[in-house]
Amino acid sequence: MRTFRRYVLGKAAWYLLALAAAIVVNWYLPRLIPGNPVDALVAQLGGSAQGEQLKHIHDVYVHEFGLDKPLWQQFVIYLGNLLHGDLGRSFSFFPTPVLSLITQSLPWTIALQVPAIIVGWLLGNALGAIAAYRGGWFDRGAFLSSLFVSSMPYYCLGILLVFGLAVAIPLFPPSGGYSFANTPEFSSEFIFDALGHYWLPFISLVVIFIGGQAVGMRSMAIYELGADYVNFGRSLGMGDGRIIRYIFRNAALPQVTGLALSLGTIVTGGLITEIVFNYPGLGSLLFSAIRQNDYPVISGITLLIAVSVLVANFLVEIAYGLIDPRIRAAQSGDR
Amino acid sequence: MLTAFRFNTRFQVAAGILVLVVLFAVFGPLFPGRGDPFATVGGLYNHPSASLWLGTDNFGHDVFTQLMYGTRTSLVIGLVAGAVATLIGVVLGTLAGFRGGLLEDALMGFTNVIIAIPTFVILIVLSVALSNRNIVTMALVIGVTSWPWTARAVRAQASSLRIREHVDIARLSGAGTARLILIEILPYMASYVTMAFVLQLASAILNEAGLSLLGLGPSNVVSLGIMLHWALLWESVRTGAWWAFVPPTLMLTFIAFSLLMLQSSMNEVFNPRLRTGGAQARRRLARPEIRQAPVGGAGVAADPGA
Repeated sequence: MRTFRRYVLGKAAWYLLALAAAIVVNWYLPRLIPGNPVDALVAQLGGSAQGEQLKHIHDVYVHEFGLDKPLWQQFVIYLGNLLHGDLGRSFSFFPTPVLSLITQSLPWTIALQVPAIIVGWLLGNALGAIAAYRGGWFDRGAFLSSLFVSSMPYYCLGILLVFGLAVAIPLFPPSGGYSFANTPEFSSEFIFDALGHYWLPFISLVVIFIGGQAVGMRSMAIYELGADYVNFGRSLGMGDGRIIRYIFRNAALPQVTGLALSLGTIVTGGLITEIVFNYPGLGSLLFSAIRQNDYPVISGITLLIAVSVLVANFLVEIAYGLIDPRIRAAQSGDR
Repeated sequence: MLTAFRFNTRFQVAAGILVLVVLFAVFGPLFPGRGDPFATVGGLYNHPSASLWLGTDNFGHDVFTQLMYGTRTSLVIGLVAGAVATLIGVVLGTLAGFRGGLLEDALMGFTNVIIAIPTFVILIVLSVALSNRNIVTMALVIGVTSWPWTARAVRAQASSLRIREHVDIARLSGAGTARLILIEILPYMASYVTMAFVLQLASAILNEAGLSLLGLGPSNVVSLGIMLHWALLWESVRTGAWWAFVPPTLMLTFIAFSLLMLQSSMNEVFNPRLRTGGAQARRRLARPEIRQAPVGGAGVAADPGA
């Protein structure tokens, strides 16, 4: 237990460092935007205002955003605000707080991505293990198609799916998270409607994720195939399904770390896919924020992505340490 | 080595697709009538016809010409960004792996911190902060953010090479650090670094496409991502104007697929024991396969090499 605590603490220290780096980058870089964000805001708001009036508005905002204070003080204020969950106010929907825009979109993104990641991980690894075990044409076909699918950007498959299955052959609704006639509420009608809109983006994420996991699992499983327990099991006359299950369990461990490593990629890929589907999640919010130079919303979203990926990574690593005692023992020694 | 390449069909297919794509991007714009991707040749989403092979986009530009220039932009950005990322990764990784000690701890600590932050997030924040985005700044931004994977992989290689006998012999004969790294270490990692570069190239092209799709692409040029950006913004997907989005989508997929296939077939050539066969023929591998980054902020899910 002692070693496990050291393992967790060691990991936590690294992730805290990364978190600090992410916060600083996210806070400082937007400040490099030429002619600070207030100018952009004033230009957006004060269309009719002129001269003195414009300058007054400008000064008020400079003061409100604290841009007249020294840099370190701005950072302290920013940190304080973060701790209160205050991410500033949106420029394009002024004065709506960024946080409330994000909390509107976040459930959609979570509902789309978490099931897609779990289902994709399970199916992809199962496919990879079976392909490695069976070998031959099945392996070659599964490997090549997995490689093809996994090299495809998420949004590319999304675009092709929308066109193929929603426009050319109208099986699914082509856009949005629910019909315009509906408003988000807890009714069976709304949930049914939302489910209809859910399939296409979900499939496009899952298929690509399956491909990536299958490619990884296949080569992990090939290592396992030569192991003594496989030969022994075979000589005992065990069924294929059973041996594949053993292989799966052994080869799945590195795949857990693989999941942690690729999480950032999956999440950002999923966000861009939302844009293709006009899905009302964070990705679409980010898209419109970029179009309107809504800097507070952009940095709120990027911060949220960075933090949640870091936290998820940390949890996966802890889970990994729990599953595999060798890792605990090996890694508590160094970092 | 060359015979191995000749027998590897996947390598040939991948290289073939790549050569076609490069020829298309390099020589396509030289044909008469393909001089200006921004020339207005028609109206909003004209259908493909005998003169406009892929119709027009929302501005009335010729999609086929745009595809040539877009592919060219994507390839240039990919090459520059991939080279920058590989260079930084190799320098830091070799230094860390070869020198070891405190320097290694510091460099790898830094790398691990950067790896933990999703690359695409840094890319978005950096691109938003850049006022004037052109091909070169985009390529540099992508290159500067995507080196950590290569650094990590190269470090592992360099630190295992460091204790090989031929390095010891060179060291005993009085070779300096620079000579050791250049002559005794780097050539032994050449295949590894080449594969890392191919992956970086694929990932850079996809990252550029993702950023451009978001509206953070280079200005005054056309790229595959920018074509997709306008196609999505003008609802071409939902109005059925397939010629506006299918060509860049397929082009991106072909580029990424052929690069990844190239990498995986090179891996099989350099690591012969990875070649597929029946389950019985396989034995536990003595040396682990190359394990490189999950490629591409915006696209590819898992590491193809692992």
